[in-house]
Amino acid sequence: MIQIKNVHKSFDDLAVLKGINLTVNKGEALSIIGGSGSGKSTLLYCINAIESIQQGQILVDDIDVHASHTNQDKLRQKLGMVFQQWNAFPHLTVLENAALAPRIVKKMRKEEAIEIAKKELIHVGLGDKLDMYPTKMSGGQQQRLAIARALAMRPDYMLFDEITSALDPELVGEVLDTLRMLRDDGITMICVTHEIAFAREVSDTVAYFHQGVIEEIGPPEQVISNPQKQTTQHFLRKVL
Amino acid sequence: MGLSLFTPLSWNDAGFILTGIWNTVIISLVAILVGTLLGLIVGFIRSASNQLVNALLGSILDVLRSVPLIIQLILFSTYVGAIGHPLPPFAAGSIILSLYAMAFMSEVFRGGFNSVPPSMPLAARALGMNAWQTIIYIRLPIGLRTVFPSWLGVALSVIKDSALVSVIGYMELLRTSEQLISRTQQPLEILIGVGIFYFLISYPLSLYGKHIERKMAL
Repeated sequence: MIQIKNVHKSFDDLAVLKGINLTVNKGEALSIIGGSGSGKSTLLYCINAIESIQQGQILVDDIDVHASHTNQDKLRQKLGMVFQQWNAFPHLTVLENAALAPRIVKKMRKEEAIEIAKKELIHVGLGDKLDMYPTKMSGGQQQRLAIARALAMRPDYMLFDEITSALDPELVGEVLDTLRMLRDDGITMICVTHEIAFAREVSDTVAYFHQGVIEEIGPPEQVISNPQKQTTQHFLRKVL
Repeated sequence: MGLSLFTPLSWNDAGFILTGIWNTVIISLVAILVGTLLGLIVGFIRSASNQLVNALLGSILDVLRSVPLIIQLILFSTYVGAIGHPLPPFAAGSIILSLYAMAFMSEVFRGGFNSVPPSMPLAARALGMNAWQTIIYIRLPIGLRTVFPSWLGVALSVIKDSALVSVIGYMELLRTSEQLISRTQQPLEILIGVGIFYFLISYPLSLYGKHIERKMAL
């Protein structure tokens, strides 16, 4: 379970998160929607301890993410993260990309790491690209590689930060299909996304972020199909 | 009985020449190795640190890069002698040539490290890698890949510049040949031979660098 309790975060004088409260249970899918600068990506970075917080608490399976005694490198093994930019390591083949972290972080034997990496790559449909270098692949394929690479660490939670935003429109579909598949696998996920239709389809809960606060939260039927707040209605009118 | 001051070049000189070649190779290898290691460290520090540290390191490197190597060699070797700790030519030459190589290589490596998009180490950290693993497995290999040809260029010039260490008395190839010339008075043959030797070392390496460059451009 991920618990976010009254989290405040600012960059210098700019308050980005102003008291966020959220709970994500195992097996749930939460989508976070909202305009740019609403703080939605920052929250993911805080959950993953990439960014610090000024106030409040984030608990991942009861581990306090930002406590000084927390081993954040170890904590990140519980949290797979995929970014807007796909970040495939260009000096490694597709298979090596996915096998590296299991081998050096989890200290798996090489054969074991390769087996797991292969399995995840086949799962996201890259089984025929194992020995390729990622720079020769499309953005959609590289993004699926990033997903498989994160999954190969067998994380308990997946964080997706606008993973289709940088893709050419015709490549968005294949990445969303991969996410749908993960959803069917029952993987717990938090998706920061601009794909409203996708959020409606796969989420248990949708949160609408506006200027650093959660303006509206609930099941997609409510937040997306029948928003109560004016700000939410206004946002959805613009993006839909 | 005719007594000549000069004796022509003969096969007996082979050992002497080989010693010169060997000394050139050794001091070049030492300078390239030490220069690369130090250059990696300094280059990384420069790419990762703030402006103050950068300006400080940068000005030291500027001096090393701007003052002609031959002057650095003579100054250093004379200075350590003057303060009562004279160094053998090999040691003094290795130190200066290594620092000289480091000054150029650190800039090459800094460029390489700066070329790694910050999102790469971020993705590595998100996979659970610690700071060291991120440097060793991600930042180093990605950063160094692109600068290999430039690094090779510096390494080649270090091999050629090692000839200057002759001015402080190190018996490398050039100094060996100078002594042979003064004995044999056959400068043409000897200097052509020395030139061919430098060419034989440098040219295949630069071809290899071009080959790698082409491979990476794909």
